[in-house]
Amino acid sequence: MDQLIQHLVNTLVLGGTYALLGIGLTLIFGIMNVVNFTHGALYTVGAYLMYLAVAALGLNFFLALPVAILGGLLFGAAIELLLLRPFRGSDIDTTMLVMIGAGIALQSGTLWVFGGVAKAIPSPFPEAPLQLGPVSVSWLRLFVLGAALGLIAVTYVMINRTRLGLAMRAAFQDADTAALMGVNVRLIDTATFALGSSLAAAAGALLGPVYVVFPQMGGLAEVKAFAIVILGGLGNITGAAIGGFILALAEELGAGYVSSGYRDAMGFLIIIAVLLYRPTGLFAKAERVG
Amino acid sequence: MSAILSVDHVGVRFGGLVAIADLHLDVAQGEILSLIGPNGAGKTTAFNVMTGFLKPSQGDVRFRGTSLTGLSPHAIARLGLARTFQRTSVFPDDTVFDNVMIGLHGQGAQMARAPLLAALIGRAGAGERQLRARAEALLDWVGLGARAQEKAGALAYGEQRLVGVALALATEPAMLLLDEPVSGMNASETRVFVRLIRQIRERGITILLVEHDMPMVMEVSDRIVVLNYGRLIAEGPPEAIRSDPAVIEAYLGQGSAARRAAAEAQATREAAHA
Amino acid sequence: MRRLLPLALLASLLVLPLLLQANPYLLNALIITGILTIGAMSLNLLLGFTGQLSLGHIAFFGIGAYVSALTSLGFDVEIGFGHRIVHEPWPPAAGFLLAILAAGACGYLIGRLSFRVRGAYFVIVTISFAEVVRLVALNWVELTQGPLALTGIPAMSVGVPGLGNWTLRTKLQNYYLVLAVGTLCYLLVARLVGSRFGRAMRGLKENESLALSVGINATRTLTIAAVISAAMAGAAGSLYAHYLRIIDPDVFAFSTTVSMVIMVVAGGKGTLMGPVIGGLIFGLLPVALRPVMAPEAQWIVYGIVLIVILFVMPRGIVPGLSALLARRRPAPAPLLKPSPAVQR
Repeated sequence: MDQLIQHLVNTLVLGGTYALLGIGLTLIFGIMNVVNFTHGALYTVGAYLMYLAVAALGLNFFLALPVAILGGLLFGAAIELLLLRPFRGSDIDTTMLVMIGAGIALQSGTLWVFGGVAKAIPSPFPEAPLQLGPVSVSWLRLFVLGAALGLIAVTYVMINRTRLGLAMRAAFQDADTAALMGVNVRLIDTATFALGSSLAAAAGALLGPVYVVFPQMGGLAEVKAFAIVILGGLGNITGAAIGGFILALAEELGAGYVSSGYRDAMGFLIIIAVLLYRPTGLFAKAERVG
Repeated sequence: MSAILSVDHVGVRFGGLVAIADLHLDVAQGEILSLIGPNGAGKTTAFNVMTGFLKPSQGDVRFRGTSLTGLSPHAIARLGLARTFQRTSVFPDDTVFDNVMIGLHGQGAQMARAPLLAALIGRAGAGERQLRARAEALLDWVGLGARAQEKAGALAYGEQRLVGVALALATEPAMLLLDEPVSGMNASETRVFVRLIRQIRERGITILLVEHDMPMVMEVSDRIVVLNYGRLIAEGPPEAIRSDPAVIEAYLGQGSAARRAAAEAQATREAAHA
Repeated sequence: MRRLLPLALLASLLVLPLLLQANPYLLNALIITGILTIGAMSLNLLLGFTGQLSLGHIAFFGIGAYVSALTSLGFDVEIGFGHRIVHEPWPPAAGFLLAILAAGACGYLIGRLSFRVRGAYFVIVTISFAEVVRLVALNWVELTQGPLALTGIPAMSVGVPGLGNWTLRTKLQNYYLVLAVGTLCYLLVARLVGSRFGRAMRGLKENESLALSVGINATRTLTIAAVISAAMAGAAGSLYAHYLRIIDPDVFAFSTTVSMVIMVVAGGKGTLMGPVIGGLIFGLLPVALRPVMAPEAQWIVYGIVLIVILFVMPRGIVPGLSALLARRRPAPAPLLKPSPAVQR
């Protein structure tokens, strides 16, 4: 029982960052119809920016986080402007290939710059974990959960309460009509990609101090993000948020009670189950087309 | 009258939107039946239900005694119910000849019992030759023989519609559904097409036509069924439909701008047909 | 011309080792290139002719490699509840056939699963499948030795009943083996694409609704294409295992799939010669770049090259050059278009 509670606590911590990853990916897919294969690389970039800011520049941990997120935002905007905008009007397969090229270049770039040796990011939190009865959770992980939930809330407010969010939702419904109604669709695309990328970078910057930072860390994160997005339904933001927690739960329970070696296979099992029983995702609305 | 296709109280709803309320109609063997009605009346939806591209919310479609409920489009095509599409009627990157060869897909299956194996070990020779001869004959028959080696996507719009018809005919259908086949054709192309429809019927193929070109519909149809708001509002021979008050109301009740546009289009068409 | 270029290429590849005078470094690069090119050809069958991108293609390749290696090495594993499976070593040729079957079977399962829905699903399912297979190779240590690698894999041997048995130990022998398998795969793809089945694939890619309406079974056609493609990749994996004679979970590296994708896209997806030309260029490029660049820097270049090619020559090198040649010459023969149906 105690063990189960411990797993549930771990699920919350992991799920928050997974939700960030999933929301970023599904946002880009839903609004731009782009399968973003730079998502994992941007997760890595976020982690390395955190490492650079904290370990190399000696910046305060809490200041470094927004710097890393901002860095992801700028990276994302640059990718959209330099690589996706020239391919406007291309089909989804072409942009997917472009993103594959960009992803592999970015990943190799981090390997080239930082080398293959894993790096640790020092955190300002006390070593001793917070002990709540039988459950122990490190202060760092608690902070990660809080920050992730905060970022999810900010994203929700942005999408549902701001003019930019309104325009994004309009573009999500129908880009052509939105353009006719005076929405600057190009600006929306850049904003969407930048926002989605900053969420991936945030996830990397938050999980980087928990684990270690290495150039290939994004590959696995990307596969997980895809599982989350399929689980929630392609393009469904709430679905991705919940999907992040479900994947985290499956991983925690799978690693805890089955085999820790296959923790990362849970995403694939989820994809299979969804395709077999609910191909449009768990949270797809009935009238969603496409 | 023996019905080749029966639409039995079919309804289609998308969420709260009713596309077809309750459609009930029979198509007789060998007739040319037209389905008309204002935009949004549910004509293309009806086509999609009949050919398995849409699942009806209620009701059933039977073709030559077989219920089509739950069958996928390719299975329905193999039963002998073929269709054309309103917008994209060709495989754009292939030649017209290869388009028809793709259309002959189901025919090749009957010739070779293990077509994939035959293809791999290269025993498909005789069957292929036969298929190619049939493709040529079919193209000549619809009048596209001269275009055989051109990319289908590069053809003029009217000719692409013809390719679409050739593709549908390649499946050796017992019944053909034509979705607005002459939209975008000029008057002389339309005349040629009317002749083609008659020739298709002479080959024993039943035809169900959706079309906005009223003079053409009046000229070619044996019988007309009128839909409005997903309901059947009239049916009968062209003369009766022309003077049916419910039909006139359906077409004219759509506001003055639409009425004027319809009248103008009508006048142009009639001048062209004269 | 359409037949001449592949034949000319085959002839030059046949005599190439003589010119290289068995330079082992170059010969090795050519063998690896050849194996990856077979992978690219198999990927092209899906990506080029059905439009479905398999981004976990390396899974089928790696499964072929492991199945073939384990068949010829033998194994003894516990499968739970006290049961053991003991397998005595079989000849490598049997491993080759089993590799093809096993990879094809995986292709079938993945195809059946993901072609229920259209869109990005196939890509995502294949990429996660590759990740899972890598995890299995890494974690099922009793079977695969995990990160310690399977070593001592026997070299491929070919036997003709009544004539004898040859073991292909030298690089030169392996070169010709890869060339032979590659040529067979090329002919297989050419045959398929020009057949009724190939027309069904093209129809689905160009206009799926229309293809359905003429009686083409989409799920079945796509699944068969996935099976054949996966089986070919499995064959390539088997060649790889018996040539290197050591494999570890790194054979499942995502970057190898990306290599194949670049080969296909750069060469020209949906053409017969595209993956061959793309395979030769991008398989041998590391040899040319090695003196000037670190491997990770090469990958940056590859990623950029992929994007640039998509921008300047979206259809790839082979169709691009064909179009250029056709413009210059009066008779516009569609060079290398994979449709024997048009030849009359």
